[in-house]
Amino acid sequence: MTRIKLTVDGASVADDVEPRMLLVQYLREKLGKTGTVIGCDTSNCGACTVHVNGRSVKSCNMLAVQADGAEVTTIEGLAKDGELHPVQEAFRECHGLQCGFCTPGMIMRSVDLLQENPKPTEEEIRIGLEGNLCRCTGYHNIVRAVQHAAGGEVTA
Amino acid sequence: MIPAQFDYVAPTSVEEALALLAQHGDDAKIIAGGQSLLPVLRMRLNAPELVVDLGRIDTLRGVRDDGDALVIGAMTTHDDVSKDPMVAEHAALVSRAMEHLADAQVRHRGTFGGALAHADPAGDLGAPAMALGAEFVISGAGGERRVGADDFFEDLFTTAIGDDEILTAVRIPKHTGWGAHYEKFVRVAHQWPIVAVAATVRTEGGAIAEARIGLTNMGSTPLRARAVEAALVGQPATEEAVAAAAAAAAEGTNPPSDLNGDADYRRHLATVLTRRAVLAAAGV
Repeated sequence: MTRIKLTVDGASVADDVEPRMLLVQYLREKLGKTGTVIGCDTSNCGACTVHVNGRSVKSCNMLAVQADGAEVTTIEGLAKDGELHPVQEAFRECHGLQCGFCTPGMIMRSVDLLQENPKPTEEEIRIGLEGNLCRCTGYHNIVRAVQHAAGGEVTA
Repeated sequence: MIPAQFDYVAPTSVEEALALLAQHGDDAKIIAGGQSLLPVLRMRLNAPELVVDLGRIDTLRGVRDDGDALVIGAMTTHDDVSKDPMVAEHAALVSRAMEHLADAQVRHRGTFGGALAHADPAGDLGAPAMALGAEFVISGAGGERRVGADDFFEDLFTTAIGDDEILTAVRIPKHTGWGAHYEKFVRVAHQWPIVAVAATVRTEGGAIAEARIGLTNMGSTPLRARAVEAALVGQPATEEAVAAAAAAAAEGTNPPSDLNGDADYRRHLATVLTRRAVLAAAGV
């Protein structure tokens, strides 16, 4: 077992974990943060996307021990004081989901995309979300939601 | 899918990491960004006893100017390399290839040295490294040695790095003012390339003065298209002249056949993509 200490959604946590434990397992099974889901389990689909030190990563493709000392934000840490994050609000407003399974990862990736590029074009959004798959193929409304969150013209 | 059990250690210096490798031999496996290794461990295609994480060795990160070359630390993430202004100015071909490498989340974790050491012939960085004449800086018990790109890639997933050695940096000779383009052919988003071509050229008054071309997934290692490079010298940067030179792109290659295409298809693709890549690199 290896001792890790990190911040998850603003709270300090410390645990002894097996080195082979994936970050996504740690979040779900140790911390009960099941908002972050496991989709493909092969690092393709992006459903497990969280932020590590502010940048989007696939939490099924990172060991919990590699997050020692890091600041992790999950979908559960986005809303503040009962208010949805603007990107969450935009996904609701534009119905950027069908079954909803990819939504936590789509939102976490979109938040990071907009931090880096606050006014993306439709093409930049599609390229920026390349690592996130929607099994319902509901991409058009997802792109609209990101455009809406960016305060831009919704063209997709 | 959960990896088999392993011990884990995260040294903070290259010396410490080398001592661990010397002690554990091939029972140890290095993890860099882990974007290729973790899927392998999860599918249990490999089950090392010890995983040595280079992620806490700060000296392995960053890009620095070393006169006639840029030195890219092996643990610099793809994302950091892709945004580095020195790389954009002096090794534009690397920046172009980065635009197409995997996806944003993978680029945030994956590392420049890790991807090259993994040596997947369908990886996007081998061909640019070949084209730019990169030198690989490898540390071992006996000190540091440098290996040229032609000798670094030995076979599928096999490089000149020994079991007790670590790739610490990649030196890229500056190609300031050279145009560059990476032409990648895929069927779906963030797929490995079926074939890709990395081209960088220096033009003088509308003619190609020098050209360097690397091929992705045209053999068990990344390759140079030397016949095309030679044929391009002195040619006008026109569609006809470049197409004629690019016809030799598959010379000396040994591409795989798989569900994405057979070897003949890949040979044809190489000539088409080489023409496109060279024309784009020349600004045509």
